Amino acid sequence: MGRKNNTKALRVTLSYAVLIVFSLVALFPVLQIFTISLRPADRLLSTSLEIIPKNASFNNYVALFTERPFLLWLVNSTFVALVVTFTGVVLASTCGYAFSRYNFFAKKLGLLSLLVTQMFPATMLLLPMYIMLVNLHLINTYLGIVIMYSATALPFCIWQMKGYYDTIPTSLEEAATIDGCNQFEAFFKIILPLAAPALVITALFSFMAAWTEYVVAAQILQDTEMWTLPIGLKSFESNMGSEWGLYGAASVIVTIPVVILFLSLSRWLVSGLTLGSVKG
Amino acid sequence: MNSKTLRHRLYVFLLVVPAFIVLFGVVVYPFFYNVVISLSNMNLRHIRDWKIVGFDQYVKVFTEPSQPDFYMVFVKTIIWTVVNLFFHVLVGVFLALVLNQKEIKGKALFRAILVLPWAVPQLIVALTWRGMFNYEYGSINLILTQWFGLPGVQWLKQPFEAFVAVIITNVWLGFPFMMVIALGALQSIPHELYEAADIDGASWFHKLKNITIPLIRPVMVPAITLGTIWTFNNLNIVWLVSNAGEPSDQTHLLVSFVYKAAFNFYRYGYGAALSIVIFFILLAFSLTFMRRSKATENVYT
Repeated sequence: MGRKNNTKALRVTLSYAVLIVFSLVALFPVLQIFTISLRPADRLLSTSLEIIPKNASFNNYVALFTERPFLLWLVNSTFVALVVTFTGVVLASTCGYAFSRYNFFAKKLGLLSLLVTQMFPATMLLLPMYIMLVNLHLINTYLGIVIMYSATALPFCIWQMKGYYDTIPTSLEEAATIDGCNQFEAFFKIILPLAAPALVITALFSFMAAWTEYVVAAQILQDTEMWTLPIGLKSFESNMGSEWGLYGAASVIVTIPVVILFLSLSRWLVSGLTLGSVKG
Repeated sequence: MNSKTLRHRLYVFLLVVPAFIVLFGVVVYPFFYNVVISLSNMNLRHIRDWKIVGFDQYVKVFTEPSQPDFYMVFVKTIIWTVVNLFFHVLVGVFLALVLNQKEIKGKALFRAILVLPWAVPQLIVALTWRGMFNYEYGSINLILTQWFGLPGVQWLKQPFEAFVAVIITNVWLGFPFMMVIALGALQSIPHELYEAADIDGASWFHKLKNITIPLIRPVMVPAITLGTIWTFNNLNIVWLVSNAGEPSDQTHLLVSFVYKAAFNFYRYGYGAALSIVIFFILLAFSLTFMRRSKATENVYT
């Protein structure tokens, strides 16, 4: 008995050791961003490993807003992300509902094609749509970038919404129509509120797709005044010596809302991701 | 009665039409336009007056002696995908097993910290790790030299080291996804199974092999398929950590190779042809993998 307790104590201790080591590994790069953002201008390139640097200051944060068009980029990014989120929620919630509830021409093919898009290499959508935007003179416009982001986020969102609607029994709509609702009211007042968790995932996914995206934005938005946060961030990084501190401060500001959203919604995110493929 | 069915049809039509427009716009049209571009000579000089030239671009994909060539990049992409997935699943499932023990306290806190790499935007992950791999000021080399007394490594200036750096970054950011999926699967395993095994005197290893692994497998297989496709297709990390393929275009995966061809060299036809080749590689992989794993699907029933 005593020996068994000993091995158990050893196992628990080792488990904590493993968890602490991996937590440090997970935290370290995140702390780095904070450290960089607090470094004073004369110590940007430092060979010290302190987490709170000597003479730490918030000057980088102040400089972002006073010396750089960071506020403008913040507004641009928020605007683009909100429009993409709105488009994503409206289209995915209605299209997903159609796929879940009604039979129509080429429905199976449509569903399959939504899945197949997940296997498209990024450039397979990017290249034709980019050339289309060039031909439509939509390069360097927000309409162009909103189309691009919606196109990349929608297939997954529709699939995800459809999977969630499938778990809601159709008898609910039937009961609602008997009570005098028309079909649209049954969808809008009964089903949509029940699908709130999936809507939240769709919103989060669309928002994140737009908020932190760099490679597409870099091709489409060319004027500094049009830039979104990720392009601005990258421009600080390219200048590692002089603007590394600005990069750190900007990263902290961009990351915090995303991490908070993500941590509070991560449980739902996983169920949304696996719902389509696993019905356990 | 008649007007009611008519209204019903109109309603269904109104719901379905947006779905079709969206599908056409984001799947069908780009796909076929991409096929057309891949058969054309479109590039920066011929962006409007392009013409169909047949399979020339595909021939170029497989035979053009570029530096690096298609086969090199393809092999690197396979290594990248396999190594990443191996560590994602190994570390993710291992941490899930450790975290799922009933004696562990502070689960929520550990879970939140361990999920961080997934929560931080990929752009920031990539650029921050790029900074950490800097030879003189990056914290990786500082830790190696100051704590362990080892010589610093020229991470980003040599092909092999740069490739390792990109993989380390992606392993760091990818394990939380597998961990969270595995945790969910572990929590759904009924406790009685372990209790019964304890009564039979089964060892820890036996329980792992005969209960845990078979029961989390149906959840892990789709997650691994998805993870493979995401990893194979991940443009952000390789592009940003290696700063567009440095040193001298040695650090490329197929996706970053296409991106460079299309958007830095404006070779649209070639880029489209290569995209289609990549797409078929992924499609073939997914179909075989999903068919082979069908056998494991009915473990629960």
